[in-house]
Amino acid sequence: MVLLVATVLFTLGLIGVLTRKNVVFMLISVEIMLNAAGLAFVAAGSRWEQPDGQVMFLFILAMAAAEVSVGLALVLQIYHQHKTLDVENLKELKD
Amino acid sequence: MSTLFYISSLVAIASTIMVITRYHPVHALLFLAVSFLSVGMIFLSLGAPFVAALEVIVYAGAIIVLFIFVVMMLNLGRETAQQEKEWLKPKVWVVPSILVLILLAEMTILLFQGPDQAMQVSVVDPRKVALSLYGEYIIAVELTGFLLMAGIVGAAHIGKHQRKELHRFLQNGEEEKARQLREPESVTNEQTVLHD
Amino acid sequence: MDQLLAYIPAFPLLGFLILSLFGRNLPKQLIGVIGAGTVCIAALITIVVGIAFLQTTPEGGAFSQLLWSWFRVGNLSIDISLRVDALTLVFIFIITFVGALIHIYSAFFMWHDRDYARFFASMNLFVCAMLLLVMADNLVLMYLGWEGVGLCSYLLIGFWYEVPSNCRAANKAFLITRIGDTALLIGLFLLFQELGTLNIPGILQRAPDYFASGSSNIELITILLLVGGMGKSAQMPLQTWLPDAMAGPSPVSALIHAATMVTAGVYLIARMHVLFQLSPVTMAIVAIIGAITLLVAGCSALVQTDIKRILAYSTISQIGYMFLALGIGAWSAAIFHFFTHAFFKALLFLAAGVVIEALHHEHNIFMMGGLRKRMPVVFFTFLAGAAALSALPLVSAGFFSKDAILWYSWSAANGNSFLWLIALAGAFITALYSTRLMLVVFWGEMKTPIHEQPAQGMVIPLIVLAFFSVAAGFIEWPHNMVHLTLFSDHVQKVLPETVMKQGLPSEYLFQAIAAFMTFAGVYMGYMMYYGKPGVRWQQSPGLSATREFLFSGWKFDQLYQFLFVKPFVFITRINKSDVIDRMYNGIAQASLRLNSWFSISQNGSLRLYIVGVLAGILFIITLQLLL
Repeated sequence: MVLLVATVLFTLGLIGVLTRKNVVFMLISVEIMLNAAGLAFVAAGSRWEQPDGQVMFLFILAMAAAEVSVGLALVLQIYHQHKTLDVENLKELKD
Repeated sequence: MSTLFYISSLVAIASTIMVITRYHPVHALLFLAVSFLSVGMIFLSLGAPFVAALEVIVYAGAIIVLFIFVVMMLNLGRETAQQEKEWLKPKVWVVPSILVLILLAEMTILLFQGPDQAMQVSVVDPRKVALSLYGEYIIAVELTGFLLMAGIVGAAHIGKHQRKELHRFLQNGEEEKARQLREPESVTNEQTVLHD
Repeated sequence: MDQLLAYIPAFPLLGFLILSLFGRNLPKQLIGVIGAGTVCIAALITIVVGIAFLQTTPEGGAFSQLLWSWFRVGNLSIDISLRVDALTLVFIFIITFVGALIHIYSAFFMWHDRDYARFFASMNLFVCAMLLLVMADNLVLMYLGWEGVGLCSYLLIGFWYEVPSNCRAANKAFLITRIGDTALLIGLFLLFQELGTLNIPGILQRAPDYFASGSSNIELITILLLVGGMGKSAQMPLQTWLPDAMAGPSPVSALIHAATMVTAGVYLIARMHVLFQLSPVTMAIVAIIGAITLLVAGCSALVQTDIKRILAYSTISQIGYMFLALGIGAWSAAIFHFFTHAFFKALLFLAAGVVIEALHHEHNIFMMGGLRKRMPVVFFTFLAGAAALSALPLVSAGFFSKDAILWYSWSAANGNSFLWLIALAGAFITALYSTRLMLVVFWGEMKTPIHEQPAQGMVIPLIVLAFFSVAAGFIEWPHNMVHLTLFSDHVQKVLPETVMKQGLPSEYLFQAIAAFMTFAGVYMGYMMYYGKPGVRWQQSPGLSATREFLFSGWKFDQLYQFLFVKPFVFITRINKSDVIDRMYNGIAQASLRLNSWFSISQNGSLRLYIVGVLAGILFIITLQLLL
């Protein structure tokens, strides 16, 4: 049942990533997805009465924190350079 | 416990739906805080109090605050909300939703394929987590330290409000290019002046 | 005495190493001393070895020295080991002795050349490689020397590389001899496959038991060896490179393209005589090739105007005599002709070099003339050489060797009247063109002023060689005259005696006919060229076509151009965009096409990428569900 909740949260985050064009919102959605993954880990740990699930959640947490800090710094920089947050306009790596 | 779980799950799902549908960034972030808090409640109901506390402190505290900082710095207000409204037409939702719903359906099928087990709650106290963390996972913990370090340094470096500094080899060329760009402009200005 | 053998090739090698590494910085005098000195030392060692050999014949009829083991593969073990028997001794004597004289000569001849050190480095390397060729104990080492002399020949023909035609001549020589080399290499492989050894004494010992006489294996092997020899020795149909090889300096022509390298084929056949004796068909082919070559090349020599090309054609023709002698089984006669030919042909080339040098690099004999009074020493030495070439009876070395070949071409068991007639015609032609050359160059009026007299150091080798051109024949007399056969006694320690027919006419008769033909040739040359402009008869229209035909060497170059070069160029032109290329181009095209398709997906839209990821996840999960 917990896993079902995690799945739903994950898919909601995925929908957010897919539909939003604003980079900030995309990052928010990614956070939701990461949180859902952590929830699944904790649920598994709780099911088997092992601490490993929670340990994994801690790592995901740290990873999410690092990712958000770098990602937001990039957002700042993008906004300064392009004056937009629309991902459809950020196509400099295009072939 | 079970009741707490169901209630908080419903709140989490509902608030997450609100997050991904809001146009105004600050609204979305507030709903996101609600979502994180309710997930923290789920953790509590699953018997993981330590993780629940971390969820509240780190996600609902630190990360949300970071987002709000950025929103403030970029001054994302009503215009952004207006823009979002333009971007998020209903037809934009269709294809991703269908795809994701297929995914959800498949994952649900997978979840219920296995032997159906009743949800059982057992408390895993912070002591066990700490022993495991600093016992068998010690290397992973240190690597996480490195990761955070790299994240901080990287963020500080990227976020630095740097002037455009070019390599000394490129500087000359760039200046010339700039001059070349500038000169025709001045000419056109003069021409317009003359025309005037 | 065995221990001395290695020093014979080692000294020229040392000279080569010093000159090629430090030659640029040495003074010219020192270069000359090193270049000529190393070969002179080798010659002295050779003479010491030769005297020891003649005094007491060593065990097994040969000195041998094992230096080190070269490589071992399976049951093939190749050593760097040298072996000197009676046959090799003749060759190393000629190589080092004539080589030393030519080196001394070229120390003066090449004095003004810019690349003095390079010249001597190549010459020393050549002497070393040639010595390895004849002293090798096994065929692999011999092949090393064989390729080495080919390389040096290439380097020296193209010595004056600024002139494109010289480079073309060098390429031509290298490529045509390569045909022969390839055949030789295949022959060696077959020989190893059959006998399991490449050791020369081993082969000679084992071959008679292993091969049936005239079996197809042995014939194939010997024909391949013969083709190898034909390439090196410029026999028909691979003879076209030698006249062009005259682009090199005159001492090179003397050493490489007259005295030593071009006789490598003769050496090969004489060395492998056991194999050739087992194959009568190949022997007949050798004789016929020799006969045809001597006639064809002699005719070409008649009409050439370049003094060195005359000598080149005459070299081809004389080697043709050697092949003829080999083919009829007159082994010792062939080697004897090689022996005398090395002296007089080297002499003629060196003297020609002096003449050319003295007349401002004038090659055309009709621009010479009247040199008899001006350059008396050169005249007399040239006369000795020409007399030996045309085989004047009793007073020249060429008579003794060529007469032996003429006699055996009739009287040997494999000889017949047809070969004899050709050889006789060849003798007549030889005398004719020798006379023509002498008369045109040295008599008549002077057409080009003499630029400088030869240096003393160039004249002395000429005189020594002239002495040997006259005297070298006296060590081997015809059977019916003085009973003195030192040379054949010596060589027949290795080579079998010539088998004779029964019931022959008197040898005197043949000698008289041969002498008569020689004198007839000389007389005809005298009639045609003495005191006349000499060119008159050639200008009659009927003959000029013939003359043109002969002048171009019987149009062999044009024939090859037509037979091989043109079709090859044609095929390459067709094949320029061949199937295999198309395949590779197709791969390139396909990847370019794929790239252009895939680059559509690389449009920079992040959301599209995520959709791609999602599609991948869906695909895999669906797969799991379905399976």
